[in-house]
Amino acid sequence: MVEQFAALIIVAPLIASLIVPLIGWRQKRLCYPWVVAVLVVPFICSLGVLNTVLTTGKFSYRLGGWAPPWGIEYAIDHLNAFVLVIVTFISLIIAVYSKKSVEKELAEEKIAPFYTLFLLLVTGLLGIVITGDVFNLFVFLEISSLSCYALIAIGEEGAPTAAFNYVILGTIAACFYLLGVGYLYIATGSLNMADLANILPSMYHSKVILVAFAFFTVSLAIKGGLFPLHTWLPDAYYTAPSVVSALIASLMTKVSAYVMIRVMFTVFQPHFSVDIVPVLPILGWMAVFAILFGGIKALAQTDLKRMLVYIVVAEVGYIIIGVSVANRMGLTGAILHIMNDAVMVACLFLIVGAIFYKTGTRDINKLHYLNKKMPFTMAAFTITALSMVGIPPACGFFSKWYLILGTIEAGQWVYAAALLCSSLINAVLFFRVIECAYLKPLNPVNAHTGETHMIQRDEAPLTMLAPIVIMAALVILLGMFSGNIISSIIQFAVPASF
Amino acid sequence: MTGVNDMMTKQSDDVIVKTLSRLLIPFMQVYALYVLAHGHYSPGGGFQGGVILAASIILFVITFGIDNALRRMSEKLNIILCSAGVFIYAGIGLLCLILGGNYLDYAELDKILHVGIAQARSLGILGIEVGVAITVMAAALSIFLDISTGGELSSKEKKT
Repeated sequence: MVEQFAALIIVAPLIASLIVPLIGWRQKRLCYPWVVAVLVVPFICSLGVLNTVLTTGKFSYRLGGWAPPWGIEYAIDHLNAFVLVIVTFISLIIAVYSKKSVEKELAEEKIAPFYTLFLLLVTGLLGIVITGDVFNLFVFLEISSLSCYALIAIGEEGAPTAAFNYVILGTIAACFYLLGVGYLYIATGSLNMADLANILPSMYHSKVILVAFAFFTVSLAIKGGLFPLHTWLPDAYYTAPSVVSALIASLMTKVSAYVMIRVMFTVFQPHFSVDIVPVLPILGWMAVFAILFGGIKALAQTDLKRMLVYIVVAEVGYIIIGVSVANRMGLTGAILHIMNDAVMVACLFLIVGAIFYKTGTRDINKLHYLNKKMPFTMAAFTITALSMVGIPPACGFFSKWYLILGTIEAGQWVYAAALLCSSLINAVLFFRVIECAYLKPLNPVNAHTGETHMIQRDEAPLTMLAPIVIMAALVILLGMFSGNIISSIIQFAVPASF
Repeated sequence: MTGVNDMMTKQSDDVIVKTLSRLLIPFMQVYALYVLAHGHYSPGGGFQGGVILAASIILFVITFGIDNALRRMSEKLNIILCSAGVFIYAGIGLLCLILGGNYLDYAELDKILHVGIAQARSLGILGIEVGVAITVMAAALSIFLDISTGGELSSKEKKT
């Protein structure tokens, strides 16, 4: 059974998503427990897969029993086993959280389609991560993107327009990716990543390969929302329903970053991406601008969710900086940041969803007394905010530490300065929110009588609060155990030549 | 009925169009089945077969109107078919997995079909193509219905 876990990770949510509409027809209430129960399966399977990789090293799963490179292969090594656990865990947590938020924000007849698309999106993301075949990756990329467009479009006012912008840019990205795959296939006759990695080195100076690589890079930069190709991202992530924002903001961009690492350092050898094509400095500078632009735009926002959306733009830059310095420290930081950032961003978006659920506002200046109204939620917010700023022992500190060490080792002082600068901007951003919620004004005063009155505690429902608290605890725990995570998983995920 | 194109709701008055459609539709459907059944060893397959099936129903809609078509094939049935097709595909894959092989390893179907491994593979692919055809047919038809009614079809059905 254990050897089938790799297939079950994909098959369980796929088949379950087809059953959701039928359940929704009979009993809308049953959709939610069904989705949560189903998402436990890929999580357990991904833990089993990670365990297998840790004990016996990387392995591959042959779909239909056909041997690679002819058949489709799920190639699982330390890097994607690690990302699989992140994706399955966060999607499970967000599914648990979704109940109340979805009931409030969506019309009743949209609940069943929502959960269908939710599971399809998770299927797509997991498929992108697990597959060892570049064309199969495209198929899963389309599954996740198409369900993502639809999920964004059922959001609040302005969502259809934002989703339409995303459709156009996302389709261009998908076309570029497919063209890249096509060029590789013309040149090599193979679609299997491991096989490509063997064939390609002899033709690294061929124009066809260079064009293919360019297509891949641009496509993944659009999908990942890397500045200046991020223009679809802010509106799409802002107008989507809270649950969807949490899911796509934490996972979509990270999965794109994973694919970028995969294409640059597995399909193409590191020495191609580093020495032959001058792509890394370009990506590095794009990332620097992403960090600065995201930070400055976030400072200009008064809406909490829109602020977070621009922080996501900046966070993409972090990971890409780690990739672009192309040394062991930097890439360790980038892979660690994929995990940390997914957890932190998911936690923040869940908190904003909970605040919106309870107060109906996302305006930073209207968050007064929130520490008394929603003490646990705000405590979780403060922990995550400290992690975003980069204060130990929260996990954000460690990935930034490795990223900065990586930039210093590469002698890229501008990158290091951008990372430090971004920490300062984050400090300003989050302390502004914390100040509004905790400190301003000191005592609630009744305008008429001049007496102070007590604020009633009005915490979010348990299905929302529990995921938030778990994520906040995870922010601390992942920080405390980041040494173990690096020594047991990530150091094997970084290409050996670094 | 507001906003729905009259061409789509009314029957065609033209005798030639009606008679020809009546003649053509069964042949189109048989041809679709032919393309589907031969898909795994000659040009064709589930997608092409499904599109031809959808084309036959679309011809019916154009000739006899949407109301007549919906009486024979409701939107609800269409949605069920749409996910049932994918379900057949994924279900056959899962069946292979339960029987002890890898996902989609049709050779394992021999354990329940008792026809020999090569035959089991062939039947497995045929089953998958049937699933693909059903989904493609339903999806193509629902796209056509959505576009031709300006997306008002499902809201209309709900009111009645």
